[in-house]
Amino acid sequence: MKALGVRSAFYVGFVVGTCTLYVLLRQVGFTRSLGSPEPETHDTSLLEMIEEENKNWKKERSALFNLNHPHHTGENGALADTLYKRVRILCWVMTGPKNLEKKARHVKATWSRHCNIVVFISSVDDPDFPTVGLNTKEGRDQLYWKTIRAFHYVMEKHGDEADWFLKADDDTYVVVDNLRWILASHSPEDPLYFGRRFKPYVKQGYMSGGAGYVLSKEALRRFVEGFRTKVCTHTSSVEDLALGQCMEKIGVVAGDSRDTIGRETFHPFVPESHLTGTFPKTFWYWNYCYYPIVQGPQCCSDLAVSFHYMDSSHMYLLEYYTYHLRAFGYKYRYQPPEPKIIQDLNAPAPDKVEAGDIEERLGVEKQEEEEKSHELNVKL
Amino acid sequence: MSEGSSFMKGMILGGIFCLVISLFETFNSGTHSEGHEHLHHHLKPLSKDELQKLSLSQMSDLALQVQVYCLIMVTPRLLLHWATANDTWSKHCDKSVFYTSESSKALEAFDLQEQDEWVRIRKAIKHAYENAGDLRWFFLARPTTFAIIENLKYLVLDKDPSQPFYIGHTEKSGELDYVEYDSGIVLSYEAMRRLIEMFKDEDKCPERGHALWKMPEEKQLATCLKYSGVFAENGEDAQGKSLFNKKSVSTLISDSMGQNPADVVEACCSDMAITFGGMNPSQIQVLMYGVYRLRPYGHDFQDSLTFLPPKDSDND
Repeated sequence: MKALGVRSAFYVGFVVGTCTLYVLLRQVGFTRSLGSPEPETHDTSLLEMIEEENKNWKKERSALFNLNHPHHTGENGALADTLYKRVRILCWVMTGPKNLEKKARHVKATWSRHCNIVVFISSVDDPDFPTVGLNTKEGRDQLYWKTIRAFHYVMEKHGDEADWFLKADDDTYVVVDNLRWILASHSPEDPLYFGRRFKPYVKQGYMSGGAGYVLSKEALRRFVEGFRTKVCTHTSSVEDLALGQCMEKIGVVAGDSRDTIGRETFHPFVPESHLTGTFPKTFWYWNYCYYPIVQGPQCCSDLAVSFHYMDSSHMYLLEYYTYHLRAFGYKYRYQPPEPKIIQDLNAPAPDKVEAGDIEERLGVEKQEEEEKSHELNVKL
Repeated sequence: MSEGSSFMKGMILGGIFCLVISLFETFNSGTHSEGHEHLHHHLKPLSKDELQKLSLSQMSDLALQVQVYCLIMVTPRLLLHWATANDTWSKHCDKSVFYTSESSKALEAFDLQEQDEWVRIRKAIKHAYENAGDLRWFFLARPTTFAIIENLKYLVLDKDPSQPFYIGHTEKSGELDYVEYDSGIVLSYEAMRRLIEMFKDEDKCPERGHALWKMPEEKQLATCLKYSGVFAENGEDAQGKSLFNKKSVSTLISDSMGQNPADVVEACCSDMAITFGGMNPSQIQVLMYGVYRLRPYGHDFQDSLTFLPPKDSDND
């Protein structure tokens, strides 16, 4: 009996020893893999990010000035760069103190990086974000008042630094490169404004506030002047309609923002709604759109400019779809024509050529040549 | 007293035994996994520089060689997903065939008349191989997965289909490396040939296994392939990001917002992603628009190869 006890005690001890050490070893291995390397890399990457930010953005006078038009690895962005220099857009984003972390922050991280200048308009000054405080209250009934103040502000502070002035909400997603494509066929000295055109109440129509709208420099001048001369007044709380009524009074033309095959570019809802949803026949939308509504894939141009009611994850999703995800080698069905500014660059009058123009023209031509020599069509 | 001391002796010996075994294991797996990884595990597409070095005639040869046959496994329950896949990404395959378990109204698919999914896969693979024509690459997926076929072609562009290739998002189960079904499975012509040969071996690659203990189809496939000398490889881009995803784009974005709030999109997903799983039909229509249409004007990529859009289609 005693001998059996000793032997079994030995075996039990052996098993216990094996198991204990096994557990111990796993713990040590585990903690080693979780150990110090992590916080180090986190710190350096944060530092790198701040450096990167300082290289690309200049914070000045409560606005963000884009120093480097964002580029993607492996792309040829020469055409986009040319448009960036020639079609300068100031984007002002309607936000408020409660929405800085929830919404405006994601606008700052995504599409607004493609504007030449970005101003975040709020009711309160915030030099860190930065936001401009307009001494207004928050709320839907304050929207037109905020809009008037905002346009006056950007005219005064940045009127000479941009050609076009875009208004967007903090839940609007804008593809600024596509906006440049549209605007590059028009002159900022003409009294024009573009957006998603609605037809009721105003003879020439007016632009939906949520889908964003953009004023030419001349349109902005006239808008500010209109308030000085009291041709336009601020009694309405319906921001987009009131602005549209003012525009008509001061002789600013409501433009057609559709692409060359008649597809809308500014959208008042999320992509799903336009691409897959069917709006009920009683929905107000049917009576509002200036141009015929198309549901399904042809609702929206390939060169879409805006979508509305975009929450934060939706914004990053659209940023991924627009600027990152692509199908290798895919030849798009819609081949948009070059806007007028580029056409003019390629065929200038002989005595008007400037040195910079020649470089730009050669850059664009070279790109076209490269495209032709490297392409190999594959029929599916 | 002697019981206690023999217990202690046992414990110490047990501890030493464990140490020795684990040291031996790490040494072994260290050298083994290094060799294994170097030979097989990661598969990347050609770089832009390498692509540009190819001549025009080389390019045209590769373009012809890289045609894809899509095998999409449906059931009547997945009618809506069948319709969506039929209307969207499957149009970009050189040939796409839907294989169903049973016939059903409105569902247009090849009826395999078989309830067991593993048996259906075997039958579908045989059918696809026999009807491949000139096609040399095969993509197996459920209709709940979305695939960007052009990016698949880019991944396998310089790979020889007369060599065995078995590609996707790889996972490990014990000693078995297998490709996840939910993010799509890519097989070369040679891999298909070897697989069909192995189907004849009822011991190594049984058609109907033991009823009580059934391995998932993806592991059964991996086992049969392993016996024929074909090993799983993980498809990734130049930065090492996985090209095959079983999660939806929105899930991946949400995950990235939580893990990398300062760099959400860059850290999330590959530019040349091939598959996304778990997407509903509405999300798939938006993805079609996002991949094949929506883009920023003036940013061109000038890829060395061009793929034309399919005929009779308006969502791409």
